[in-house]
Amino acid sequence: MLRQSSPVSVVRGARRAFNLYDIVAAGLILAFLLAFADASRHMAAPLATETRPISLSPASLPLYALRSTMRMLAAMAASLVFTFVFASLAAKSRRAETVLVPLLDILQSVPVLGFISVTVTAFMALAPGHALGAELAAIFAIFTSQAWNMAFSFYQSLKTIPDDLKEASRSLRFSAWMRFWRLEVPFAAPALIWNMMMSMSGGWFFVVACEAINVGSTNLLLPGIGSYIAVAVDQRNLTAIFWAIGTMLAVILLYDQILFRPLVAWSYRFRAGEEDETPKPRPWMLKVLQRSHLVDLVTRPVLLGFDASLRWTRLPAAHQVAILEADRPRPIADRLWNAALILVGTAGTVYFVITVHRAFPMREIVDAFLLGLPTLVRVVVLIALASLVWVPIGIAVGLRPRLAAALQPIAQMMAAFPANLLFPLAVSAIVYLRLDPDIWLSPLMVLGTQWYILFNVIAGASAVPRDLKDASGNLGLKGWLWWKNFALPAVFPYYLTGAITASGGSWNAAIVAEWVSWGDKHLAAHGIGAYIAQATEKGDMDRVVLGIVVMIVYVIGLNRLFWRPLFRLAERKYRMN
Amino acid sequence: MPGEQILSVQGANKSFRRPNGEPLVVLESVDLTLKEGELVGLLGRSGSGKSTLLRLIAGLSNPNGGSVEYLGKPVQGPPPGIAMVFQSFALFPWLTVLENVEIGLEAMGVAAAEMRKRALAAIDMIGLDGYESAFPRELSGGMRQRVGFARAVVTHPNILLMDEPFSALDVLTAETLRTDFLDLWSEGQLPIKAVVLVTHNIEEAVQMCDRILLFASNPGRILLELKVDLPHPRNRQDPAFRALVERIYVAMTARQDPVAALARAEKFPGTGIATILPRVSTNLMAGMAEAVAQPPYSGRADLPDIARQLQLEIDELFPVAETLQMLRLAELEGGDIRLTEAGRRFAESEITEKKRIFAQHLIAYLPLAAHVRRVLDERPNHDAPKGRFSEELQDHMTPEAAEMTLRSVINWGRFAEIFAYDDDGQRFTLENPS
Repeated sequence: MLRQSSPVSVVRGARRAFNLYDIVAAGLILAFLLAFADASRHMAAPLATETRPISLSPASLPLYALRSTMRMLAAMAASLVFTFVFASLAAKSRRAETVLVPLLDILQSVPVLGFISVTVTAFMALAPGHALGAELAAIFAIFTSQAWNMAFSFYQSLKTIPDDLKEASRSLRFSAWMRFWRLEVPFAAPALIWNMMMSMSGGWFFVVACEAINVGSTNLLLPGIGSYIAVAVDQRNLTAIFWAIGTMLAVILLYDQILFRPLVAWSYRFRAGEEDETPKPRPWMLKVLQRSHLVDLVTRPVLLGFDASLRWTRLPAAHQVAILEADRPRPIADRLWNAALILVGTAGTVYFVITVHRAFPMREIVDAFLLGLPTLVRVVVLIALASLVWVPIGIAVGLRPRLAAALQPIAQMMAAFPANLLFPLAVSAIVYLRLDPDIWLSPLMVLGTQWYILFNVIAGASAVPRDLKDASGNLGLKGWLWWKNFALPAVFPYYLTGAITASGGSWNAAIVAEWVSWGDKHLAAHGIGAYIAQATEKGDMDRVVLGIVVMIVYVIGLNRLFWRPLFRLAERKYRMN
Repeated sequence: MPGEQILSVQGANKSFRRPNGEPLVVLESVDLTLKEGELVGLLGRSGSGKSTLLRLIAGLSNPNGGSVEYLGKPVQGPPPGIAMVFQSFALFPWLTVLENVEIGLEAMGVAAAEMRKRALAAIDMIGLDGYESAFPRELSGGMRQRVGFARAVVTHPNILLMDEPFSALDVLTAETLRTDFLDLWSEGQLPIKAVVLVTHNIEEAVQMCDRILLFASNPGRILLELKVDLPHPRNRQDPAFRALVERIYVAMTARQDPVAALARAEKFPGTGIATILPRVSTNLMAGMAEAVAQPPYSGRADLPDIARQLQLEIDELFPVAETLQMLRLAELEGGDIRLTEAGRRFAESEITEKKRIFAQHLIAYLPLAAHVRRVLDERPNHDAPKGRFSEELQDHMTPEAAEMTLRSVINWGRFAEIFAYDDDGQRFTLENPS
């Protein structure tokens, strides 16, 4: 898909055979091939050779980092395929939509780390005795951290394709295949790419958390940064932890430069609307991809084949393109469908209630729900505190364009940095100073997620129209009046996006933040996160599921009763157009 | 000149289902034939079904009754050989000019080299040379619509459908594009056999078409068919040209046959609170009334003249004029607008008095405004949710139409100060905050 618009009358032969960009491109292509070969060789290897002890030597870190990155990329590829299939189904079939969209909503609220506890056994059974099963379990967990918001973004894009473009592509007799690649994917690209990049940023956290699998009797260390840090924690090796943090910073920096920036900049071309005056960023990596002959040489056959596939799927002249009218209500079929849904839903609920009731006494279920409360309080208080700190700072930065341009990438990178790498430092301090874990473990939950608030507020403040800024200056708005009538309303919708992301991430982080260890010393805070983590370690699947369900109930409750009404208000009242 | 018949529409009906299950008829028994070499115009106001008819021909929508036949075969989906130019251009923003023009050929499976050759030829003909690698967002509206033309023409269609192709452009650009198109068409340079043009611009229709079908609204139907025999290039100042324009204005403002009007009123409740109200700003109403009151019109003006003076197209002109008529501030007849006694006072008084007259007429002649006011008066707290009225309206119209109607009433009611509305709480009240 990465294609330079081909100007017609460029004399191609006149260019030099090689340029500087080619050398960079060659290096990158080689590195990628090597990493890919290495990762696939290990995946096929038997477990016994694979689980050789993790070496804490810094020299082994680059390879571990590469393995972690490959896991991330594999999960991203799976997420993309899932997104295309799932969202297309939901957007094109009204019946599928009634099931898939609410399902997505629930899946988004399931704590990611819960997935791995529940699924690892099944994946191990898929490829017994091979590393593949464990790898798949880890990749699946990372996938669950990435796929939902991508699917949601793609679904929403599909639903908002302008009518005139839809009509044009029907009138030009696009085949379904061509419509997908020439209309739907390009239209969705800017939002989808942004969500992909956000997903990957969030994904590093889970890569780190998923590599050291410790579920009941299954104890696995997949080679990667996450396992490295787990072993370092076990051996209380602070030096190794610093090495890991440094390596991760380098990885994030490379990810930012090689993937994030060029992809987001490239996605500008898919943006509809008028030309604006702001200069577009041109990351060096994008130049490499667009100007290197080598890249052109490698991608050209692929693109030509792709174009040919559009021609092969053309509609025969006699083929009638179906007329796309608003779905005609078909009362009987609809009622049957709804009845079936209700039936399946009720049966599932009844089955679940009976199973839970059999497994646990009522007392324990109530206890689990009560354990959700301290976690809820932690999330709410910490998001509030983080907002108090970052909203004013974000506004101050965002209103100064040059400062914003310098700091925004840093804030985005901070959001991508897996905060769980920093946990051992905090935990060792808590152990050493004998602090109360119920209070001092809490900040770990927002350590990584607070940055979403910051960079969204910066984005909001940067987007404030100039005339509004001038007007508020001209009217002499100052002090609290300025905050109340200008700054806060202007960034409110952006702040909400950031706060909702941060809140969701914090619930996820609770599972690793409320139950931590330093060597053989364990610290636990009271909360549903610690409950799930402890049950996972014991291999007590019933309690893991109960804990996950409780957390889902809290997350959905918070979303429905708190975030969603606020979001509606923001949409209605604080939109900038 | 007209040759073989290539398209035939017989008794086409189109209706949409209203929320209460009853059909809303947008097109009623329409006949149309199209012969080779013809340029036929569908002229009417928004909501008169002309765009709906175009979409039936394009195979983008199905008639509920009657038939649409292209080359003797019923149209059941977009057929090969019918191309469309859109009001909004509908270009793919992520493709360059060249790629946008090529895409129709790509969908036909034309080989790459052949595709490039034909696309460049079309670009050359339409006057887009040098813009091949530009993205649509880099182009002006006029250049974008040229791409739209090139994209439609490059496939060598038998019928070119144009859906208000010039109405999103400024006056000068539209004129340039129109004459360029007419030159190519009358010289026989375009690889197309017939054209159907949808427009709400009367002069454009007279300037371009061989035949004009004039549409009426509620339900959409053909009011009149006119042949235009003037030779090209046509001169807008030519008396014959002006006479045709005037004739169309007269037909559009003609009093409806009372019996037929009554019959329709039963079928399409156009009185009572269920009238769909257009979004017309009070500034425009006052502006038009003032313009008509002043010399040289002094209370009575020819609609084409006033349209030109206020730079309004009929799509904008008629809603304003008809709202004034609905409020009994003006009368429309014989292609003229005439202010009533109250209308004259409305035009000539200062703002407070203007608002008073407007309020009086709003309550007296707009049942929905009176209804809202009555409900607010009756309630002890003088407060009613918007949802209450929108549900009531939705018994008679689509949710979108109900929203538009309520928005209009809110806007007019605010100007008249007969009630207040709080958008945050979505509530009507009697009192503005004080």
